Amino acid sequence: MTARPFEARSMGTALDRVDGREKVTGRATYAVEHDADLDEAPLHAWLVTSTTASGRVLRVDAAEALAHPHVVTVLDHTNAPRLADTEDRELAVLQDDRIGFRGQIVAVVLAETSEAAREGARLVRVHQEAADASVSLDGAETYAPEEANGGFEAATDQGDFDAAWAAAPVQLEQTYSTPLEFNNPMEPHAATALWRDGSLTLWDSTQAVHGVASTLAPMLGISQDRVRVQAPYIGGGFGSKGLPHGPEMAVALAARWADGRPVKLAVTRQQMFGLTGYRTRTVSHLRIGAEPDGRITALEHAAVGQSSAVKEFVEQTAVPARMMYAASSLRTSHRVAALDVAVPSWMRAPGEMPGMFALEVAMDDLAEATGIDPIELRERNEPEVDPETGNPYNNRRLVECLHRGADLFGWQDRPAEPRATLDGDWWVGTGVASATYPASFAPGNTARIIALDGGRYEVSIGAVDLGTGSRTVLLQIAADALGVDPEAIDLALADTDLPMATVAGGSSGTSSWGTAIAQTAQQFRADHGEHPDPGVETTTTTDGYPSTDHALHSFGAVFAEARVHRLTGEVRVPRLLGVYSVGRVINPMTARSQLLGGLTMGLSAALFEDAYQDPRFGHVVTQDLASYHVAAHADVRDLQVEWLDDVDELATPMGSRGIGEIGIVGTSAAILNAASHATGVRVRDLPATPDVFSS
Amino acid sequence: MEHTVSLRIDGVDQEVSVDTRTTLLDALRERVGNTSPKKGCDHGQCGSCTVLLDGRRHLTCLALAVAYDGAEIVTASGLAGEGDDGELHPVQQAFLAHDGYQCGYCTPGQVCSAVGVIDEAKRGQPSHVTDDLEADIDLDDDEIRERMSGNLCRCGAYVGILDAVREAAAR
Amino acid sequence: MRELTYEVPATAEEAVAKVTGDEQARFLGGGTNLVDHLKLGVSTPKVLVDISRLPFDAVEQTDDGLRIGTNVRNSDLAAHPLVRSGWPGLSRALLAGASGQLRNQATTGGNLLQRTRCVYFQDITTPCNKREPGSGCSAIEGYGRHNALLGTSEACVATHPSDMAVALVALNATVVVLGPDGERRIPVADLHTLPGHHPEVETTLAHGELITHVELPVTTLAKRSTYYKARDRASYAFALVSAAAALSIEDGVVADVALAWGGVAHKPWRASRAEEALRGQPLEESAIASAVDEELRDAVTGPDNDYKRALLRGVTTAALSRLAPTEVSR
Repeated sequence: MTARPFEARSMGTALDRVDGREKVTGRATYAVEHDADLDEAPLHAWLVTSTTASGRVLRVDAAEALAHPHVVTVLDHTNAPRLADTEDRELAVLQDDRIGFRGQIVAVVLAETSEAAREGARLVRVHQEAADASVSLDGAETYAPEEANGGFEAATDQGDFDAAWAAAPVQLEQTYSTPLEFNNPMEPHAATALWRDGSLTLWDSTQAVHGVASTLAPMLGISQDRVRVQAPYIGGGFGSKGLPHGPEMAVALAARWADGRPVKLAVTRQQMFGLTGYRTRTVSHLRIGAEPDGRITALEHAAVGQSSAVKEFVEQTAVPARMMYAASSLRTSHRVAALDVAVPSWMRAPGEMPGMFALEVAMDDLAEATGIDPIELRERNEPEVDPETGNPYNNRRLVECLHRGADLFGWQDRPAEPRATLDGDWWVGTGVASATYPASFAPGNTARIIALDGGRYEVSIGAVDLGTGSRTVLLQIAADALGVDPEAIDLALADTDLPMATVAGGSSGTSSWGTAIAQTAQQFRADHGEHPDPGVETTTTTDGYPSTDHALHSFGAVFAEARVHRLTGEVRVPRLLGVYSVGRVINPMTARSQLLGGLTMGLSAALFEDAYQDPRFGHVVTQDLASYHVAAHADVRDLQVEWLDDVDELATPMGSRGIGEIGIVGTSAAILNAASHATGVRVRDLPATPDVFSS
Repeated sequence: MEHTVSLRIDGVDQEVSVDTRTTLLDALRERVGNTSPKKGCDHGQCGSCTVLLDGRRHLTCLALAVAYDGAEIVTASGLAGEGDDGELHPVQQAFLAHDGYQCGYCTPGQVCSAVGVIDEAKRGQPSHVTDDLEADIDLDDDEIRERMSGNLCRCGAYVGILDAVREAAAR
Repeated sequence: MRELTYEVPATAEEAVAKVTGDEQARFLGGGTNLVDHLKLGVSTPKVLVDISRLPFDAVEQTDDGLRIGTNVRNSDLAAHPLVRSGWPGLSRALLAGASGQLRNQATTGGNLLQRTRCVYFQDITTPCNKREPGSGCSAIEGYGRHNALLGTSEACVATHPSDMAVALVALNATVVVLGPDGERRIPVADLHTLPGHHPEVETTLAHGELITHVELPVTTLAKRSTYYKARDRASYAFALVSAAAALSIEDGVVADVALAWGGVAHKPWRASRAEEALRGQPLEESAIASAVDEELRDAVTGPDNDYKRALLRGVTTAALSRLAPTEVSR
């Protein structure tokens, strides 16, 4: 069966978060806060990492560490438990002597206390043989990958770009770049692991409990039903906890060694800059050919990114250019350099974030070149159908978002010329950018519904709530799909003992899990009627829902006011507004928070985030929250979000689309466009720090 | 080297055995079993470990427990009544009402910090954004934003946190 | 973190004796910097001598000004009514530093003695002459945005991170130091050293000498003092550069001015040449810029920190503008 749309009763209302009390008291238990569930005090693990970017480990001298009180053992590649499969070099920790990047796990210290574990790690002497390493994207050899993250084609070519470009009366050719950015969830990656009777139990900080189990089990050489992963609370992830990383395997191996004794591992904030993924640096070369009236005739987005020789990751930076604007000739490509560096991975809106940064600053460049208002320019390039597939859009309301935002923001009062407004010592400007994100759907999710006494229902799915509000929103979906009040639902999440769920990522979670719950509820009613006997149950698995003959996307418009101090170049963003078309908003309170959170992260990227990967050493030296800045409270001023009244039943039976990522998309571009409007200084590289403007 | 320190934690006097190297944060989390204060950075750069120490907001990650013998510590857990029905502190109620959090990891620190901020403003302490250093403090939005800036929130719940602190301060 | 002995001395003399007699001993105050460095392995003492319970926790008014105990917390010093009225630049500098929680914890003496935030100093896997003399300086050819531009050497380009110290230098403060042979006084301007060949040496204090007080002279100039800090984030960030300034204008010209900079050198930098250039001049932006350039005559910059020249013109202008009785002409 396939799920059918259903009536919204709780959906659309601001149901309070069901886990709020636990969170505001700190009683919610995160990955290394489960000592009370353990029958034995856990060992504390501490990671020792390589200090050369390439080469091999000659010898790990653990004598001093082992002599330290309370140190129990030091595991390295010579004595760690063996894996059955070592093909994934990011995850195959302690399996051989190869060093693939600086900061790689080369030993794990286990101790009775965290103090002893930390000191033990300091006392381990790792003798390394350094080999030549290539760690800098600048000037590195690049290659064309087979595909980009998300399974996208690496390169596309429609129409005759070269001819259209050559013939274009207006030609814009510029380079835009984004730096290495780190997810930096507030809870560092952490796990408690227990290996007992040949089975592994993991309390993990992950966006996908089933994903961790299905990845780790075959590598550990055990069947997946012998790996249980639980993640009741997750302190943020933003993609970095979407896939398992080296530390999860390290703690699993440590637990296997400790056989029966639990082990806790919390990655340090500094180690997160080497071991838990990041957004690769991107360099986007754009060529846009246009008519004098701004209509784009040729568009090329050629993206270059950093990948790791240990494991390929290709940020799909050029993908949004394939569908964003009408251009009869359209060419996109990705190239990456496989460097001896830490493994890049997902960070909120991979592809769309850096890609739309480049494209939307380029649109501002084009607006300036053609003398057309940036909103009008975008309207003139609005496609009738998806330029890439020729399919109609589900619900493309970009222009409405732009118009609504313009009204709310006061865009009509904007001076056309840059550097027109000085308020005290501050240059003031405004900017706009479009946002988009695909309406992603992951098939294969399974939900189970059991009738309980008293008209109650137990709804189970192994989804996780990494802070977005899934625990609350899925309750609302289940209630409406069953036609009962949310109070009548017992929702069980975040455990591989529950039915299979896909990752909380790609803004696909609520859509995919919610569809599974809706489908199961509808089948449950078909099987058992409106008054089921307690104990009856139904389980179903989705294989699809969304329309396959539509281009399914969300859209938005972001407006920013930027102020740049005329004397110091300090940049402040007093106003930021996002107007979105995202389908039905299931919970206005959690949705608003998530969109505001996306805007905040976009603001953070615009002004601050910039990891310095030292070209001599190969690791990031701005490896803490004092040298890698994320937005603080004082940076976030008047932020507002609004959404259009929408129901999109082509995308999901709830009428909703995912909202986790679209808030960050376009935001950095809007802010930099505003800063350029304020100062007359065009900035095409993130971030825009005071040194860019002070002169 | 082990030491014993006397701490009053969330209203309960406790003798806690610590290593001289044990931070207050690790003493609470690993030795007392109170995981309300969170470890976000362990280096004084995020504020997740904030508690009220002798009535003032204080980080616990950059504090060696041995140096705090006799201190009174209140965590976010201790601000609320015990159990599932215990009454929440007005600041906690305001965080719920304004959705001043998402993942919840920085939240206990934000809550403790907010309690401290409201008290500091009442006592007339100025901040970086106070125009007139000698005037009374008006805890307006700019003041709240500045004073809460020692607590990072990567989910970006600052808008809700601002609303929550403003409301709690007005009560 | 190495295993540690923790000691609580009964008197300041006992504290000084303990540390003086043991190369492996360190004073522990608020701990905000030292505990950080213990965890990073940057600092590896064997003995901590806790001075935080010694009775140096008062701000006292004296005939000449203020006497501030070393254990006075940054938040309390910033909020002290006498400081707010008589030395507002000091309040402002303190309030621009760190966060509310850290200011509740950090002490006056500890703030003065905090160590550089250079990322290589804090990363024990990289060379750093300050941490490991002779190992080399990673910052000169590396991450350079925060590097010093004045008083640098081939051995070190680190900056001193304190905001408070910059204000104290501008306000002519003095530290009172207790050593094994008794008490002595050092102007804060002479407390910190330039790196030269020995960046591991950061102050003129001998091992075991304890700052017990800071003395602030009362002046009319100090009453018109302020602090301007330029940073990436609007709060909770170290300075890119900063300026502490005090100003008096008479008959339309600068009668007296005090100016110190943060984020430019291994020590809080008293901009004496700039002060000299400004005295007797009408306070105009061009005059300020020239004065800053005069101070920067010997500055050495690279591509990553050259922006600090312009930024210093900016923050100095911004700071002095706040103190000027009328608008500074552009």
